[in-house]
Amino acid sequence: MTAVVAAPPDTNPDGTGGSAGQPPLVIDVHGLNKHFGDKHVVRDFSLQVRRGEIYGFLGPNGSGKTTSIRMLCGLLTPDSGSGTCLGHDVIRDTAAIKREIGYMTQRFSLWEDLTIRENLDFVARMYSMPERAATVQSALTELGLDSRQNQLAGSLSGGWKQRLALAACMLHKPKLLLLDEPTAGVDPKARREFWEELHGLAESGLSVLVSTHYMDEAERCHRLAYLAYGRLMATGTVDEVIHGQQLITYAVTGPDLSALSQRLRTTPGVGQITPFGNTIHVTGRNDAALVAALAVLGGDSRYQIERIDATLEDVFISLMNDATDNFQ
Amino acid sequence: MNTFSFTRWYGIILKEFIQLKRDRLTFGMIIGIPVMQLLLFGFAINADPKNLPAAVLSQDNSPYARSFVRAMENSGYFRVVRQLDNEAQANELLAHGDVQFVATIPADFSRKLARGERPQLLLEADATDPSATNNAIGAMQQLAATALIRDLAGPLADQNPGPPPIDLRVHRRYNPEGITAYNIVPGLLGTILTMTMVLMTGLAMTRERERGTFENLLSTPARPFEVMTGKIVPYILIGLIQVTLIFLAARFVFGVPMKGNLLLLYSVVILFIAANLTLGITFSSVARNQLQAMQMTFFFFLPSILLSGFMFPFRGMPEWAQWLSNLLPLTHFLLLVRGIMLKGNELHELWPQIWPIVAFMLAVILIGLRFYKRTLD
Repeated sequence: MTAVVAAPPDTNPDGTGGSAGQPPLVIDVHGLNKHFGDKHVVRDFSLQVRRGEIYGFLGPNGSGKTTSIRMLCGLLTPDSGSGTCLGHDVIRDTAAIKREIGYMTQRFSLWEDLTIRENLDFVARMYSMPERAATVQSALTELGLDSRQNQLAGSLSGGWKQRLALAACMLHKPKLLLLDEPTAGVDPKARREFWEELHGLAESGLSVLVSTHYMDEAERCHRLAYLAYGRLMATGTVDEVIHGQQLITYAVTGPDLSALSQRLRTTPGVGQITPFGNTIHVTGRNDAALVAALAVLGGDSRYQIERIDATLEDVFISLMNDATDNFQ
Repeated sequence: MNTFSFTRWYGIILKEFIQLKRDRLTFGMIIGIPVMQLLLFGFAINADPKNLPAAVLSQDNSPYARSFVRAMENSGYFRVVRQLDNEAQANELLAHGDVQFVATIPADFSRKLARGERPQLLLEADATDPSATNNAIGAMQQLAATALIRDLAGPLADQNPGPPPIDLRVHRRYNPEGITAYNIVPGLLGTILTMTMVLMTGLAMTRERERGTFENLLSTPARPFEVMTGKIVPYILIGLIQVTLIFLAARFVFGVPMKGNLLLLYSVVILFIAANLTLGITFSSVARNQLQAMQMTFFFFLPSILLSGFMFPFRGMPEWAQWLSNLLPLTHFLLLVRGIMLKGNELHELWPQIWPIVAFMLAVILIGLRFYKRTLD
C-alpha cells in the first residue's frame, strides 16, 4: 500500500480555531488515555465540540468510542489527560457534569419492569426536578406515548425504546447530549425522525455528540471524528475529512467484477476496492498508479471507468486500513 | 437423522466445562462448600456439648461439697468458672448468659448427708436452649446417685443402697418445661431474616448490572450513599412484616412467652435487618451477576445457620468455631431475642450482644463503599 501518513489526529486548528463569533466550546479535552488491564483502549484523545454542534463519532467496533464517551460524562476516570466538559473538569467535577448532560447508553438501559411513566418519573426524581409531574406529563405528550404511559417499557419496540430513552435523557434539559449508537437496530424511518429531532435540538442550542456506524448519519453531522484502535485518525466537517485524505476513486462498472477485484487488489497503486452492487470503487492516493492499474482493462468496451469523488465510506475504510498498518 | 450424536453430546459437555472453568466463583463454591461443610460438621458441630460454664454457690464448706463439685467437673459436662456468695449473683450470671448452670449447695449439706437425710442440691439451668442443657442435666442426675459413693464408705456405707444420697432439684429457668419451640422460634426469626434480607438485596443491585440499567443509574447525579440506603429501606419494611408474622405465630400458635419489652425487641430486629441488608448490598457490589450474589449468600448463610447456636448448641463448639461464630450477627441476634423474649432482659444487659452486630455492620459498609463502583472501571 502506498503509505501516506494519516492526517494528524490532534486538534485541527482550521475550523475549530478561535475566530470571533464562534460559539463556545462545550467539550474541550486533551490527551485523554484509558487502559483496561494492559490494553490501551484510548490513546491521547483530544476533542473540541462547540455549542449547537452535532458531532459525529465514528470508528470500527472496539475503537474506543464508548470508552471515550464514558470518560466525557464522568462514568470512567481517565488515566491521564485533562479537559473540561461544559466548563467542568472531566476528572474532578464529574458530579457537576452528570447534572448537565444527557447520556444515552448503547444498550437500552431504562427499567423494563417499570412503565413508561414510572421510568420518566424516576429519572426526573434522580435529577431532583422541581416541577416533576408537569415535566413528565409534557414529555409523555411530546413523545406521543400519553395513551400508552402505563405500558411496561420492556414491551416497547426498538424504535419506541430509543425514543423513550432520548426523552428520558432530555427530561432535565441537559446542555449536552452524549448518544452512544442511539440508532443501532432502529428502522430507517424511525432513524430519519430521530435525526430530524436531533437537528431541531441542535438549532435550539443543544450540543450533541453521537456515535454511529451509519454513513448517512455521519453525513448529517456538522463535524466528525474518526477513531480507530483508540486513536483519533481524522476530525473536521464531512468535506474536510474526505478531502483531507486526498483519495482518488474510480468507479468501474461491468461484468465479472469480483474476478476483476481479485486481480486489481494485488496491483501496486491500488489502495482498496469496495464493491457497490454493480460497481466497484477502486481507491488509491496516486492517480498515475491507479490509471496504470486500470489500464489492464484496455479498451474492453464492456467496462465503464469514471473518476468520482471519494465517499465518506471510502475514506473511513482507508483510514481503518492505515490504522491497521500503523498500530497492529 | 435425529439419532444420538456423540459429537454433539460431547460438544455440549465440553462447552459446559469451559464455561464452568471461566466462572471462578462457581468453581470455588463447588470446592468450597463441601470443604466448609466437612469442617463444620466434622470438627465444629457437637450435639453433646461439654465443658459448659457453671457457677457454684456453696453454703457448706465441707469435704463432701468439695468432692461433689470435683465430681461435677470430672464428668466433663461442667466447667466451674465462679464461686458465688449469694443468690443475686446467681440470677445475674444466668440472666446475662455468662454461665449455663448454677449449682447451689445448702448449708446443711454435709450434716444431712451424714445423717442420711438426703440433702437437697439445687441445679439451676439456663434452659433457653434445651438441647444445650439436657445432657448435662442427665449427667448431674447420675452424679447425685454415684458421686459420693466413695466418700460414704466405712461407717456410712449403709447409706449406699436405696435412693440416691442427694435429692437433686433441677430448675429449668426461662423454659421450665424444656419446650424446644421456645428456642426454635427466635432462631427461625434470625435465619429467615438472614436468608431473605441478604438474598433480596444481593440480587437487587446485580440485577441492575445484568440488565444494563446500572450504567443509567450511574450516569445520573445519584450518589453511592443514596443508592445503597435507598435500596435498603424497602427491604427493611419487608423484614418487619416477616418479623411481625413470626412474632404473632410465636405468641398465639406456639405459646412462646414474651417477658421483655416489645419495643426493645423490634429495635434489635431492625438493627439485625440493617446488618444483613448492608451485607446483601455489599455482596451485590462485589458479585458480577445474580448467580454469584446467590452463591455468596449461601456461603454466608451456611455457617450462620450451623454455627450460630440455632441448630447446634453454641457451647458445644471448639474455641475456634466459637470465635468464628461470634463474628456472625445471627449468633448475637439469637442471644438478644432469647434474652428479651424468655429472660426479659433490659437494654443494659444486651450491650455485649449489640455492639458486635453494629461493628459487623460498620465493617461491611466500609467494604461495600469501597467496592461500589461509582465509575465503571
